[in-house]
Amino acid sequence: MKILVVDDFSTMRRIVKNLLRDLGFTNTQEADDGLTALPMLQSGDFDFLVTDWNMPGMTGLDLLKHVRADDKLKTLPVLMVTAEAKRDQIVAAAQAGVNGYVVKPFTAAVLKEKIDKIFERVDG
Amino acid sequence: MAELNIEPHAPSFQQEMKQLAEDLLQKIESGDLGQAVGVVNSINEARDRTLYDEIGKLTRGLHESIKNLKSGDELSEESGMGQASDKLSYVIEMTDKAANRTMDLAEEGMPLNQENLEGSIELQKEWQKFLRKELKPNEFRDLTKKVDAYFSQTQANSKKIGSQLSDILMAQDFQDLTGQVIQRVTKLVAEVESRLVDLVVMAGEVDRITGITHTETHQTETPQEDSNNVLAEGPQIDTSIEGVVEGQDDVDDLLSSLGF
Repeated sequence: MKILVVDDFSTMRRIVKNLLRDLGFTNTQEADDGLTALPMLQSGDFDFLVTDWNMPGMTGLDLLKHVRADDKLKTLPVLMVTAEAKRDQIVAAAQAGVNGYVVKPFTAAVLKEKIDKIFERVDG
Repeated sequence: MAELNIEPHAPSFQQEMKQLAEDLLQKIESGDLGQAVGVVNSINEARDRTLYDEIGKLTRGLHESIKNLKSGDELSEESGMGQASDKLSYVIEMTDKAANRTMDLAEEGMPLNQENLEGSIELQKEWQKFLRKELKPNEFRDLTKKVDAYFSQTQANSKKIGSQLSDILMAQDFQDLTGQVIQRVTKLVAEVESRLVDLVVMAGEVDRITGITHTETHQTETPQEDSNNVLAEGPQIDTSIEGVVEGQDDVDDLLSSLGF
């Protein structure tokens, strides 16, 4: 499974990549905001998108909206991993079609649980 | 730090004005227009002097406060604010370095630990065979060699892991360093804020002295946030604020109430 990890902080990308590797996902690529992520998604055959929200250039929410508006990408599972912790933000992400939402700081167990849940749903 | 001492009411100025006004009235009444004009000039001078004095005090105060933004001994001509943002960049740089250093060390240590674990599992299997008396003499000889090699391997790995762990501890020194820098910047911001308050008071006083009136500028209302355009705000420092979730459990509850 090919996964794109999008976060403007390289350390957070590294943490997420490490956690994903521990969960058995070794094929990961990185982007530092929505503007760099979107062309990668459009040209690459990614199976899963993990994105932060607050990023310069294009935010994760806008990236999510672009993904859902793109015929080729609209079914791509998207997990948001973000420090944004307001109810209306979470509702907005849900309305935009996010598949899972993890608030930072998070644990490896929470990330695993959300990823498992997303694929349970997608596969089932 | 030099205290800025603004006296918005400048009593001496008021007294002086009163004195001059009386003087002016007297001169006009006595028909001495030439001297009356002189008094009007004095009034102007007094007003200007007061204005300049007050603005001068304020400027000095602001300058002091900006100078204080700079770290103590050095008195370069660079602006304090520029330095404050340099300091914050330094914080980002330090935390980035420490996070990467920590992750490097942890990543180096993980395979060593894995090697110890796998070696131990392997040896235990053979050891249990030995206990069940299932080992042939030549297999037992092999086992003793493996045990010996395992001792050397775990010792070497443990030493490395130990030094990696202490390096990880050392990498946390950024907290102290960045903490101090942030404290300085926080102080700076508070200082600037108090100077700005002084400035507002002063500006009010300048208006009063010069008799400037402002047409009320109506602040344009902040546009209502479009529900389609919810903005990113960064981490919520206070989760007790209305509308902020307390953690992942709250997020899960909220999402499940939305049918997730």
